[in-house]
Amino acid sequence: MSNTQRPLSPHLSIYRWPITMTLSILHRATGVVMALGLLLLAAWLANAAAGADDYQRFAALLSSLIGRLLLLAWSFAFFLHMANGIRHLFWDSGRGFEKAQANASAWFVLITAVVLTGGFWMVAL
Amino acid sequence: MVCFDYSRRSDRWVLDGGAVSLRSPLGRVLGLGSAKDGTGHFWAQRVSGVALVFLGLWFAGSLSSLQLHDHAVVMAFIASPLNNVLLALLCLTAAYHSYLGVQVVIEDYVHAAGLKIVSLVVSRFVHVLVVAIAIYAILRIGLSA
Repeated sequence: MSNTQRPLSPHLSIYRWPITMTLSILHRATGVVMALGLLLLAAWLANAAAGADDYQRFAALLSSLIGRLLLLAWSFAFFLHMANGIRHLFWDSGRGFEKAQANASAWFVLITAVVLTGGFWMVAL
Repeated sequence: MVCFDYSRRSDRWVLDGGAVSLRSPLGRVLGLGSAKDGTGHFWAQRVSGVALVFLGLWFAGSLSSLQLHDHAVVMAFIASPLNNVLLALLCLTAAYHSYLGVQVVIEDYVHAAGLKIVSLVVSRFVHVLVVAIAIYAILRIGLSA
């Protein structure tokens, strides 16, 4: 009755989560993070315009541990979203959709984002 | 002839459950589905994204070598004419790109029609407000220098 030789669609318990799916959801997540980062950018500019006292308070907030972690997260979000955005632009040309290519470009984007984030903080600190 | 007429009717006027509708198929779908602006959204997202690669890299590069805790240094950076223009462009483009992206996220995850529309309007208001504050601050620093 049942044909056990037919191809089965991936099942949750046997499905290996591919790197391309990680990059896909990370692109969206980092985009939302940077949408929130817009608030930080505006706050930075507004506090600078408000004067030295307000700016010192703002800078002290950012140099706290939580502030530094947020800045680290935002910088990584920027570099990952930018690198993966360029990957999307490349896809828009109709190339790079083969499984091996998509997996390779996913790892390339991830490593590029880590390297750029590291480089950014090496220069900044 | 009668047969042909019958099949045409069954294609067009009989719903899935077998009920006969007095509304034409066109009337049922008008106002639903595609608003024919998907390509415009796609293209605006890509073009603003390309611009943000350049503006974002410029901003990240500038920030990395800026003494951020020193108010006078930061003011001088923002007030410089080129930086002033590029910062304004960065804020405008980033807010536009961000609105387009958040719009898609809301459309994907918020299913209730009322809440979806409210979320989209709130998102637009917040984006415009944030960019207005940023541009005001940039111009104020640039013009008072």
